[in-house]
Amino acid sequence: MLELKNICFQRDNKKILDNINLKLDTGNFYVVTGPNGSGKSTLAKIIMGISKPDTGQIILNGKDITNLSVNERAKLGIGFAFQQPVYFKGITVYDLLVMATGKKIDRQEACNILSKVGLCALEYIDREINKSLSGGELKRIEIASVMAKNPYVAIFDEPEAGIDLWSFKNLIEVFKDMEASSKGTTLVISHQERILNIADQIILLEQGTIKKIGTKEEMFDSIVNSSTCKKGGPSRE
Amino acid sequence: MNKTDENLLSEILGDPIHEADAYNIRKNGEGIKRKVNPYIDIVSKEDGNGLDIYVKENTLFGIIHIPVILTESGLTDIVYNDFHIGKNANVIIIAGCGIHNDLHKDSRHDGIHRFYLEEGSKVKYVEKHYGEGKGTGKKVLNPITEIIMKKGSYMTMDSVQIKGVDNTIRKTNATLYENATLVINEKILTNQDQFAKTDFKVNLNGENSSTHITSRTVATDSSYQEFNSNIIGNTRSYAHVECDAIIKDLASVKAVPEIYANHVDANLIHEAAIGKIAGDQLIKLMTLGLTEKEAENAIINGFLK
Repeated sequence: MLELKNICFQRDNKKILDNINLKLDTGNFYVVTGPNGSGKSTLAKIIMGISKPDTGQIILNGKDITNLSVNERAKLGIGFAFQQPVYFKGITVYDLLVMATGKKIDRQEACNILSKVGLCALEYIDREINKSLSGGELKRIEIASVMAKNPYVAIFDEPEAGIDLWSFKNLIEVFKDMEASSKGTTLVISHQERILNIADQIILLEQGTIKKIGTKEEMFDSIVNSSTCKKGGPSRE
Repeated sequence: MNKTDENLLSEILGDPIHEADAYNIRKNGEGIKRKVNPYIDIVSKEDGNGLDIYVKENTLFGIIHIPVILTESGLTDIVYNDFHIGKNANVIIIAGCGIHNDLHKDSRHDGIHRFYLEEGSKVKYVEKHYGEGKGTGKKVLNPITEIIMKKGSYMTMDSVQIKGVDNTIRKTNATLYENATLVINEKILTNQDQFAKTDFKVNLNGENSSTHITSRTVATDSSYQEFNSNIIGNTRSYAHVECDAIIKDLASVKAVPEIYANHVDANLIHEAAIGKIAGDQLIKLMTLGLTEKEAENAIINGFLK
């Protein structure tokens, strides 16, 4: 279980996160949603250790990880897919998957991981992670790198951002599979109704606080009133 | 050859030299071993300052090794090697210089390699420079490469210098005729107070000639690098030059792009970028479990791969 206790994060005299208390159970698929600027990405980065909270504690399976670095948290089983994946000149998709698994996997194993995100593996395995890849391809490789790591807590920051409608459809299938098969905790930041539909629990953030947590049915009115949910295709943010 | 010689050869060549179809080993200014065959001939120049390498026309898949090793501190070795590549021949040439200097005097090698590619010929040229040894004497390498490419010929040149060389000025001049293509990939890593300067000059004289030059370098500690390129499009032609450098510590990197279109259909592009390793690159790899140092090494190794 991952627990956040009294997490506060303030920048430029603005409270980005204001006393967040949250328990995420193992085996559940959570979607964090909320208006722009509500603190969703900051929350995700604080769990991964990319941002440090001003106050509060993060507890993973009873262990206080608040002061651990990004890589120490990664070793304890937290994974993070970036909203805007990073380019690497010279590093290939295969190289990235080897680093993600932490062992010398062979090409067939790497291809199997890529196939899970709907990429025709042999076309991509030796490609450099550079600007020759489209936004959708890059996003799926980013998601594959997190799946390859097989983390205990997998965080995806707006996986739908910046991808085309075709890639988005495939992405929904990837998350459906993940929901059905993952034994760990999955946390997805999203505005998209089709991703919200997959969630076991939806967490609605507003102005840095948790407004409500519940199932989709329980949350529907709150989400509609907060105008955060987008139907259909991917976000253009 | 002793262990030091064998180690230097292995650093430059990778594959065992006896597997090559033809080779010549030069040690401390003198040729010590040579192999030729009916298609590839290696002849010493009369003044003893180099070689003529003749590849007969239509020779296919020949592998030629021309390494130079310097183990004598204080020696300056200048060599002129001319490669004559016959019509429609297709060969791989691996050359380079390894210096081992354990003493205080400077060791220097200036290799002047001239390539004459006849019509339709293909050359893959790999040049690797390497320095080692505990002495304070500097390891200096100044390669000059001159390339003349006839109609429809194709050449790739992979030039690698990873650590160990204190001072280098590398000059490459090429002239391309009709439908000729030259691809150059340069990789350099400098550390301590090393100095590396490269100059590329390519004349695109023939219709539809093209060149692609990629330089990826890493400058660390207080080293200095300079990249100069001058591409001249005299006719309908295409050039793409890409210079990328990662800078660390107190290092300095200077990139001087020059492209000169002398014809309305000359399409010349130069891209140059110098910067430190991006923070989000480090963080991404750290989210996979690498320490900051491991992430930095992975990024640099990938960049120079």
